[in-house]
Amino acid sequence: MMRFDSALGLESRRGPFATAGKILLYSGMVVVFTGPLLGLLISAFNKTLDPTSFTWWPDEFTFDNFVHAADRNVYLYLFNSFVVVGFGLLLQMIVSVFAAYSLARKKFRGMGVVMLIMLATMMMPEEIIAIPLSLVLADMPLLNVNLIGTYAGMILPVGAWGFSILVMTEFMKEVPVELEEAARIDGAGELRTFFTVILPLCRPALGVIGVFGFTMIWDQYLLPLIVAPESSMWTLPIALRSLRSDEEVGIGVLLAATLLALLPSIIAFLAFQRQFMRGLTSGAVKG
Amino acid sequence: MTPTLTTAPPPRAAAPGQPPRRARWRGPLVAWAFLAPALLLFLYFKFIPMFTGLTMSLQEIRYIDSTWVGLDNYATILTDDAFRSAIWHSLVLALGTTAGSIVFGLGLALLIEGPARYLWFVRTAAFLPVVVTMAAVAEVWRIMYHPGDTGTLNMILGWVGIAPQPFLADEDSSLLSIMVMNIWRGTPYDMMIFLAGLVGIDRTLYEAAAVDGASTWRRLRHITLPALRPVFWILFTLAAIRGLRVFVEVYVLTNGGPNGSSEVLMTLIYKLGFQTGELGIASAGGIVLFAATLVLTVLVQLMRRRQAA
Repeated sequence: MMRFDSALGLESRRGPFATAGKILLYSGMVVVFTGPLLGLLISAFNKTLDPTSFTWWPDEFTFDNFVHAADRNVYLYLFNSFVVVGFGLLLQMIVSVFAAYSLARKKFRGMGVVMLIMLATMMMPEEIIAIPLSLVLADMPLLNVNLIGTYAGMILPVGAWGFSILVMTEFMKEVPVELEEAARIDGAGELRTFFTVILPLCRPALGVIGVFGFTMIWDQYLLPLIVAPESSMWTLPIALRSLRSDEEVGIGVLLAATLLALLPSIIAFLAFQRQFMRGLTSGAVKG
Repeated sequence: MTPTLTTAPPPRAAAPGQPPRRARWRGPLVAWAFLAPALLLFLYFKFIPMFTGLTMSLQEIRYIDSTWVGLDNYATILTDDAFRSAIWHSLVLALGTTAGSIVFGLGLALLIEGPARYLWFVRTAAFLPVVVTMAAVAEVWRIMYHPGDTGTLNMILGWVGIAPQPFLADEDSSLLSIMVMNIWRGTPYDMMIFLAGLVGIDRTLYEAAAVDGASTWRRLRHITLPALRPVFWILFTLAAIRGLRVFVEVYVLTNGGPNGSSEVLMTLIYKLGFQTGELGIASAGGIVLFAATLVLTVLVQLMRRRQAA
């Protein structure tokens, strides 16, 4: 009898043609989806710079592009990106675990409304509110603070993220109530229970919202575009456009900078792959 | 781990009847305190801008004084040719990207489904485009789309005997080229969601079908696709929320050109708001985009309910 590990049952097909077909298919997939990224990687370390094409074979290995990148402030942009993603992610994770603790463990009037607010914010991405957001950032209501041209202007708006809060809430609901009650009987206060009982049990979920938050903040484009009119505050993704040509190394600086812009997300993804896949399916279920 | 503790009475049971006054208001207060940072940030960076946008959309904004113009800005948007074609381009791009990503994503998911170790490698490699920041992806594709015959993609087309294409440089192909890049980036994402759905299908159904002599096609048609229905709805919902608001890829690849042939709603709003200074009209554009997204999402949910019922 046939055994099925998959819908098509391809794994039970043997023989030279089936094997050749599979090898062709799988290598084809890898080439199509990673080829452009590999082309970038190789070209960024190569000297002969044809602005019209990638180099597919590294015939003249060099670090020149990365050296010239310094003259074009690429490392300043990279630094800005890291400041924003570092503090932004820290804030986002703290805000998320606090809010999730309330939503998952407490019963109070108005909870339904709060859930609705969370869902509503997911329908209001930066794109939709870009124009008024720029005015609000320039003159924060009641506070009279101007956040344009500051790191805070890029960090605070990503501080609360509905997706992250909802994923965390789902995880926290699964922590057994008994543990919390035990801590309370032992005389632990609200904050102590939260930090010593709930949070340690949510470590896998912290990985999920951490890696998603990282890619989300690193991917921000419109927000820094609005907040940073001066190039000294640019993050790397929005600086790429201005690096398209260079007198000495042509598109070399652009290639180096683009590579630097995409490496951190790839590293974060590979390091936290399991958490990433978990978040992908759990988040997707809720839309 | 702590079996004895679960049987211990909860602390409040010590005082029968009403809990002490302190505890009655303390619970909700703690809850709101933990929620406060999130709600405050949402208020400042989502709801106040949303409300500001709504009021701005009803005014003609000037530096000194602004005048209320009612729905004039909306009328302008819905009759203006540039806006109409931008809305059309946004719709075409969203539909094409969604359909392409779902079709290819499903196809690839079926082809690489399975527990083998090397399949895990293929999946991971294929997923890289999804996690990479869009600005970097777009720069990479902009270089590959170079219209000369030395351009990367034109060289590949040359191998199979196709003449060099202008890609982003031509009015007829600019939007399509952006769509192809979006499908390239969207396919692995959809593929992963489909794979997660495929895992949940009962294997014995396949075996039973095989015993009954059902062909591969019938097995797909009658077992796999119906089981994947929830996955399709998830992807449609995500597409409805994300589809119309595309900005970065268009801004980086063509900035709406050549000659407005790839101008989408968001690039137009951006230009009106930050370059031309038409803040009222740009805000109205944002509200229209929000309304369209809301309508699409509600529609998808309604259809989903009807399907499920």
